[in-house]
Amino acid sequence: MSVSFVRDVAKPILAGFGITARRLRNRKVTVMYPEHRREQYPRTRWQHALERYDSGLEKCIGCSLCAGACPARCIYVEAAENTDQERYSAGERYAKRYEINMIRCIFCGYCQEACPTGAIVLRKNFELADYKREDFIYTKERLLDPMPGRPNPVNPK
Amino acid sequence: MPKRIETIVLHDSSTPVFGDTQKGGNVVLTTVDTLLKQARANSLWPLTFGLACCAIEMMSTVAARFDLARFGSEAFRATPRQADVMIIAGRLSKKMAPVLRQIYDQMPEPKWVISMGACASSGGVYNNYAIVQGADQVVPVDVYVPGCPPSPDALIYGILKLQEKIKRQRPDSFRDLRLAESLTGPRTLEEVNS
Repeated sequence: MSVSFVRDVAKPILAGFGITARRLRNRKVTVMYPEHRREQYPRTRWQHALERYDSGLEKCIGCSLCAGACPARCIYVEAAENTDQERYSAGERYAKRYEINMIRCIFCGYCQEACPTGAIVLRKNFELADYKREDFIYTKERLLDPMPGRPNPVNPK
Repeated sequence: MPKRIETIVLHDSSTPVFGDTQKGGNVVLTTVDTLLKQARANSLWPLTFGLACCAIEMMSTVAARFDLARFGSEAFRATPRQADVMIIAGRLSKKMAPVLRQIYDQMPEPKWVISMGACASSGGVYNNYAIVQGADQVVPVDVYVPGCPPSPDALIYGILKLQEKIKRQRPDSFRDLRLAESLTGPRTLEEVNS
């Protein structure tokens, strides 16, 4: 069997370029990620945030129900009593320490479901990668929203 | 020694990060070193090491929607000899750990490791007898990507973080350039941790 230039070389190449040419009219699907973000779905669960009431008081009352519901056991809550001089939350107690091991968290959202005051919510900031293990222990300072009226640049609502 | 100035150019893989390479760096190797870092950072060939469900997200990172080829990392290699970065995607069982270590040792220098997902980074929900609680017990991990599994954009962010790290690394000697493993020998544990 001899090789014909037209049948075995030119025609297949033209057919291949034809497919490419037809695909050129299609919609472009690539999300140019670092410059453009794709729209996240409404119930996307990524980085946690501790919310505040409009008065500025923290919603978290330090009950540790989130820590109990967490399947990965990545939440640590240490509660302390509110006093009239030092009032952090609306309830009797507040979370003195609130730590989430972000590297162990599986973003299941059970903490959000378990929270009786809606204090902990999972938002849409997915850019969590980092170089050191220690940097993944998110303390209360990193999780807590700023006072009402101020924007949260890292993890907006 | 001059104060180290951290030049961080986020989300921009094409811009050269000159910054601290030119400040107080090696006199002989300044520009060569910058060139090497650019070349390395923008052609990271990953090793396919899909261990569990994270591998599915790793695959979709290469697909058309997210297109890892934009960062020069689309060539997933099935052999450690041709790979630069190992993406540990999934839970690492204790039986798999020696295999992972051997494959890491077979990769040529310079090499990097991305630990993808909660299980590879820390064990995640699998805090039991079968799973290694963090791949960094076995190999030195450069970038941890949290998530269960991390979405493709989260993994791309991790790769961008690794590129930044490569561009900011500063060699003090010829040996640190790691031109070839046969010339310099593998790194010791102290060098890896520093």
